[in-house]
Amino acid sequence: MFEKVKKIIVEQLGVEEEEISMESSFIDDLGADSLDIVELIMALEEEFDLEIPDSEAEKISTVGDIVDYIKSNS
Amino acid sequence: MKKRVVVTGMGVVSALGNEINEFWNSIKSGKCGITSVSSFDVSNMTTKVAAEIKDFDPTLYIDKKEAKRMDRFSQFALAASKMAVDNSGLEVDKVDKYRFGVVVGSGIGGIQTFEDQHDILRDKGPGRVSPFFIPMMISNMASGRIAIQFGARGFNECVVTACATSTNAIGDAFKVIQRGDADVIITGGSEASITPIAFAGFCSMKAMSTTEDPALACRPFDADRNGFVMGEGAGILVVEELEHAIKRGANILAEVVGYGCTNDAYHITAPDPEGESGARCMKMAMDDAGLTPEDVNYINAHGTSTEFNDKFESSAIKTVFGDHAYKLPVSSTKSMTGHLLGAAGAVEAIITILSIREGFLPPTINYKTPDPECDLDYVPNQGRKTNIDCALSNSLGFGGHNATIALKKYPL
Repeated sequence: MFEKVKKIIVEQLGVEEEEISMESSFIDDLGADSLDIVELIMALEEEFDLEIPDSEAEKISTVGDIVDYIKSNS
Repeated sequence: MKKRVVVTGMGVVSALGNEINEFWNSIKSGKCGITSVSSFDVSNMTTKVAAEIKDFDPTLYIDKKEAKRMDRFSQFALAASKMAVDNSGLEVDKVDKYRFGVVVGSGIGGIQTFEDQHDILRDKGPGRVSPFFIPMMISNMASGRIAIQFGARGFNECVVTACATSTNAIGDAFKVIQRGDADVIITGGSEASITPIAFAGFCSMKAMSTTEDPALACRPFDADRNGFVMGEGAGILVVEELEHAIKRGANILAEVVGYGCTNDAYHITAPDPEGESGARCMKMAMDDAGLTPEDVNYINAHGTSTEFNDKFESSAIKTVFGDHAYKLPVSSTKSMTGHLLGAAGAVEAIITILSIREGFLPPTINYKTPDPECDLDYVPNQGRKTNIDCALSNSLGFGGHNATIALKKYPL
């Protein structure tokens, strides 16, 4: 699943796969801004067929946060 | 005292090339950039041709991730701006940031983005509409993106006056520098409206040529003209206060000497048959520049290849120039570039400047059958050499907009 998430992050944020780890912060390490994160979350919702409520989305700051959320909600 | 304003850099993205020399050589040789539309299906549309850019790779000019977050019109604008700034030799970090501006317009803005996101709204619901939809679509984003790219924190605006957009943009930029509010302004226009809904809309207006042969569809001033042919791309100029340009040893390409701007106040799309406001617009630019009719050696006409535009523009030229109109070459380079709508004026200003510099009148191609109502020298089919000290470039737009700039050889 981490691999799938990584692929989407590469596509959405235009970063290299090697740059992405569970600890990567979207804003500090992967150069994303708030709009990038909204779009990334939409792409993940689409891929994993789930809805991430705004209240949960606001808590996401690292790749690990996303992976954990998807694991416990899909 | 009024400041003098010169052009020090130019960049173009068009169906006739994305490099100034290649573009100018095409124009000089009368090459036509119009082809059959290939980016979407036009089999059920009345117009089949356009001056499409087939080989534009935004990543040659823009970071891949940023390019993805831009509509095509912003990509064109940014690419042409980079070429213009390179051409100007301007070291942007040496320019006073707050005296460094951008005036770049678009007639329509990010309409492909609008279409794509509307499909998403309809098919997947509002929760899937991209957060980048609005910032990609709004017409002022080219001006905003260019400011970010070059750190230009001074005067900044986006002109939207349909097909007069970028002549108004250049005129406004000229006035801002002339009155002392900026040293350098990146100006011009960009358009990327060869999309299904924009094309369908223009087809419904019966404004575009229905001739299927791309080589013959755009025939400005010809008796058999039957509509304009849409183009896409961008034209960007670096305009600069004369002393600023001299001080940094810039290569000065031409001087901007006059600007006219009026409105027909007549009809939303049709030009006023009296042509009074169009004539006043040219006169205003000439008065602003202190030019007599005999001083003007060339007019780059709006010349869209529609029945009304070409007839009324010819008659407005006769109103302003009297007998001199018959000795004054007037050409429509849209016969080669297609009509770039909001980018047309800037692309034509670039052509006019190159014409002045080289002493070469660019032709109106596809001119076969004279129209008794269009009886000027349209430089038919073949360009020719002549000295050009001063020239006008006209742009007229839906909404009744008229804009004219006067350009002069530098040094004269």
